[in-house]
Amino acid sequence: MNPELGDLEELYQEVILDHSRRPRNFGELADAAVRVHGDNPACGDEIHLGVKFDGDGGLQEIKFTGHGCAISQASASLMTTKLKGKSRDEVEEMLRAFHDLVTTETNNDAPKKLGDLLVMRGVRKFPQRVKCAMLPWRAVGQALRQSEGEATVSTEEPEFA
Amino acid sequence: MGARPVEGLIVDHKSCGCRSSRLRIKWREPGLGADYLMHKVATSRVDWSALRADFPILRERVNGHPLIYFDNAATSQKPRAVLDVVRSYYEHENANVHRGLHALSARATEHYEKSRQRVADFIGAASADEIVFTRGTTESINLVAQAWGGKFLRAGDVILLTEMEHHSNLVPWQLLSERIGAQLRFVPVRDDGTLALEKLSSLLTPEVKMLAFTHVSNSLGTINPVVDLCQKARAVGAVTLVDAAQSIGHMPLNVQELGCDFLAFSGHKMCAPTGIGVLYGRSEIVESVPPWHGGGEMIVSVTLEKSSFKKPPHRFEAGTPNIAGAIGLAAAIDYIEGIGRAEIFQHDVDLAGYALKRMAELPGLRVLGPERDRGGVISFVMDAAHPHDLTTFADQYGLALRGGHHCNQPLMRRFGVPGTSRASFYFYNTREEIDRMIEILEKTARFFK
Repeated sequence: MNPELGDLEELYQEVILDHSRRPRNFGELADAAVRVHGDNPACGDEIHLGVKFDGDGGLQEIKFTGHGCAISQASASLMTTKLKGKSRDEVEEMLRAFHDLVTTETNNDAPKKLGDLLVMRGVRKFPQRVKCAMLPWRAVGQALRQSEGEATVSTEEPEFA
Repeated sequence: MGARPVEGLIVDHKSCGCRSSRLRIKWREPGLGADYLMHKVATSRVDWSALRADFPILRERVNGHPLIYFDNAATSQKPRAVLDVVRSYYEHENANVHRGLHALSARATEHYEKSRQRVADFIGAASADEIVFTRGTTESINLVAQAWGGKFLRAGDVILLTEMEHHSNLVPWQLLSERIGAQLRFVPVRDDGTLALEKLSSLLTPEVKMLAFTHVSNSLGTINPVVDLCQKARAVGAVTLVDAAQSIGHMPLNVQELGCDFLAFSGHKMCAPTGIGVLYGRSEIVESVPPWHGGGEMIVSVTLEKSSFKKPPHRFEAGTPNIAGAIGLAAAIDYIEGIGRAEIFQHDVDLAGYALKRMAELPGLRVLGPERDRGGVISFVMDAAHPHDLTTFADQYGLALRGGHHCNQPLMRRFGVPGTSRASFYFYNTREEIDRMIEILEKTARFFK
């Protein structure tokens, strides 16, 4: 522990730095049913998510490419390892639980099922970084909604273009 | 910096509008165009660290560390002199302007209009009637694009901008050109962050009706040759607009010497409150510009069917203006001129030069923008850390940087980076703070490597 790092130590836990340096499930998913591009125009971060569903609509395969800050990249990496093989309901539940984890200051009883994702909890002390952590999750939410084809989601939803 | 005094050329202060009694020497800034003359003075006369005491916020601690405020290109801090004037206005003069017959309204009106004259003197305008108060640079540029552009531009006309423009000097022109069918053209930016001026002659054709460009780049620190650009634009009959947001509080500036038709700036980047800005419009041009916003204050007479409008500047100030803001801006001008804009520029250049030298010692760190002839704005990228991570990390040590695209998305694309970290200085910053930044950047690189 380095006391002068304060909240940074919780934000940038070793697991997070490791996932940002060596992201898991990084690469193109050749036979993806859905491709979702997630943009954070405020900082230029990009996540390109490829998803394949099983017969029941569960997440059979999920991979991503893109570039961005350590938080967005690690969040995408951790997310893909967690969601692979999960049913649609489980993914939706995880999405809600993760959103609460990184946005709720007082949330000390996060669901145990978040498992490894709990390392992202430090983000809630840095409100400006919530969008970074949520970017891949917004993309996966869109993938569930559309089930096939291609889409783009943005942390700043364009309302008039 | 390679600036050299022009030998034997000792000048008065008619051109700069500053009130200092000190003798100044004109100096020539290489790369700024042959006619661009700056003043150079010995900055040792100014006790820079004593000025810090005028800024209460500089005593703040952030995350347990003394605040190091290096986000001055976004907004500057405010000295007590400005805060006091604004407070005093509300305590002793507050009333609406230009319509009340009572004593307070007269006081407020007089102070507001005196502030307009103060701005005119500060930028060397021929008359206070050339000074329109706005909300800031962005609103000033929108006023020109919509009111002037809407009347005088036609389908097929060309608006010439540069690749380094802030979104505020790009998006208003996009909106206009979409509406009327005008075309946008751009002066490219060289790899070193300067404008590719050799391309100008092929871009600046007779179809160009407006050349709008920034004086100092908010990302790269590049200082553009305003005099030269305005002359060339005028030669083809184009109107010019200078975005002076980053230069106004940082260097001597005189609109008649620059030769521009319009000039836009914000108060908040030069020690004044937010929400007040200025559009300078040369009288010959601004008089022909139709109203933009309609409402009270800007009319002569109104019937149910039709209205007639005041002359500039009041034609463009519909509704109750930001009176306290204008008065605060005049107080900021007094404060800045008490230091001297030439001194402030020299201090910026000294700090930027020192920071560039120290940053060159850091492996894996790349600075964007020109190596010399630049203002106190430094954008950089670090191999080890994304700009967002770097900025969050630095903040933990009380160092306020900006991380991101700085409202310069096309420019970031031009340099192939998603964004940068940016340190931007003002006169209350010190070399010691830069040393501390270097330590923090070293820690950052170690942490993320």
